[in-house]
Amino acid sequence: MLRIEHIWKTFNVGTVNEKTALKDLSLELKEGDFVTVIGGNGAGKSTMLNAVAGVWPVDEGKIFIDDIDVTRLPEHKRAAYLGRVFQDPMTGTAANMQIQENLALALRRGTFRFLKSGITRAEREEYQEKLKVLDLGLEERMTSKVGLLSGGQRQALTLLMATLKKPKLLLLDEHTAALDPKTAAKVLDATERIVGRDHLTTLMITHNMKDAIAHGNRLIMMYEGNVIYDVSGEEKKKLKVADLLAKFEQASGGEFANDRMILA
Amino acid sequence: MEIIKFLNALPGACAQGLIWGIMAIGVYITYKVLDLADLTVDGTMSTGGAVCVIMMLQGYSAGFSLLAAVGAGMLAGLATGILHTVMGIPAILSGILTQLGLYSINLRIMGGRANQSIGVDQYELLVSLRWVKDVPFYKNPIFVVGIFVVLLIAVLYWFFGTELGCSIRATGCNANMSRAQGINTDISKILGLVISNGIVAFSSGLFAQYQGFADVNAGRGAIVIGLAAVIIGQVIFGKIRGNFAFKLLSVVFGSIIYYLVLQVVLKLGLEPNDLKLLSAVVVAVFLAIPYLKGKYFAKPVKRGGATNA
Repeated sequence: MLRIEHIWKTFNVGTVNEKTALKDLSLELKEGDFVTVIGGNGAGKSTMLNAVAGVWPVDEGKIFIDDIDVTRLPEHKRAAYLGRVFQDPMTGTAANMQIQENLALALRRGTFRFLKSGITRAEREEYQEKLKVLDLGLEERMTSKVGLLSGGQRQALTLLMATLKKPKLLLLDEHTAALDPKTAAKVLDATERIVGRDHLTTLMITHNMKDAIAHGNRLIMMYEGNVIYDVSGEEKKKLKVADLLAKFEQASGGEFANDRMILA
Repeated sequence: MEIIKFLNALPGACAQGLIWGIMAIGVYITYKVLDLADLTVDGTMSTGGAVCVIMMLQGYSAGFSLLAAVGAGMLAGLATGILHTVMGIPAILSGILTQLGLYSINLRIMGGRANQSIGVDQYELLVSLRWVKDVPFYKNPIFVVGIFVVLLIAVLYWFFGTELGCSIRATGCNANMSRAQGINTDISKILGLVISNGIVAFSSGLFAQYQGFADVNAGRGAIVIGLAAVIIGQVIFGKIRGNFAFKLLSVVFGSIIYYLVLQVVLKLGLEPNDLKLLSAVVVAVFLAIPYLKGKYFAKPVKRGGATNA
């Protein structure tokens, strides 16, 4: 479903801040894979997701989604294949537009937009049904501006928007990191349900190692712009947080795992 | 006597406010919907009039000349849009560049002269300041321009409800999200600028007919007047919850109020030459108020307020 072949990305070339964020990264996801991604700060997790989403072009290498070469496609064209949820709840929705208008924008992802009505009556009923699944009472507030919602509600809505039109690949960039634990669990639960229901191929970055183990059928650990550990199936189910920490220490040459990873 | 003179000036101020209200709608589209300050309008507000008057002098009808003016304005918006998106120049600077270039173009259009007049007696004008009083109502500029305003708002209300219009609104609201939802934000911005400047040029064409001449300096400070109208409309009618059409209407009323206030100020003894300074001060004050309010007069949130997770 997703094939990343030897991609490289360096930021701030020629300055003191030059950083090679992705080093010869390759990764392949099969259809229906739910892959969790962990790694310390600066390991290249978000960079990898942004490379797939096409936020900027990669320096070298190729990216295929469903055997379509998307390496040179601009962000808005790749969006036809992707559903994305971001870390910052403000990023995924349009605050000054209504809940139903946001959903209508998402439903038209990958279609040619012209002078047809921006939202139809039939759609509204569909949205109402789908919002009920989130169990946040949003179905009663379809015409409210999204800016009035809380962070958790906005993330749940973004998740719904990302999956409203079944994407070939769902990209979740630490989408629960900015939420309080209770809300985070709720959003993660909704993620699990939607991904399971629609059999979505998913890449989910998380800082929480327990979540990384508990969800998905495969786990990868990144370090300095590459995948250093890749585990799936039965082996993944038996994983413990301690194993991951040991792996991380081993990979980083004894350097102690950073605070955020331990606390997680 | 002063009072009567003042009352006599009111219909003219209303008509002028309505015409500039159309321009303010154009400003609203870039400033509020696209969240982008477009200084092109200072140039376009002259271009529309120049094209309209010159076309009419060549013998074209008022309606067709107005359409040509709209087309010229759209081209100006296209230029700014391309400078901003394709060339990556910041929006403000793109607008300034187009505006500066337009000054020369406007002079060229008018055959190298700073103004060109068009007599109300020789040509079939749509509006004229001579018809503010003592004419049948259907000839009155307030009525004629009022119809244009209603039609324009109706079309824009419809358009910004379509898929294309929604994608322009989304782009102004959150460009990252728009791209993630497959919207080409560059196209949205260009389209918004084209529409906005088309509307401004339409207003400019009407204004030239109303005044009876096109002037290369007609648009100087137009962006500030547009912003003033947008802000006055927002301050006075902002408390009322209304749809998009109502918001556009409040911009037009903002413009009318602006011109009425100008009349008052003139009657109080201010010189016409001081008006631009006054406009600048008014806009600066109204833009500063929300910021200063938030910074120095913020009400502390009560403890134990609603928690929403």
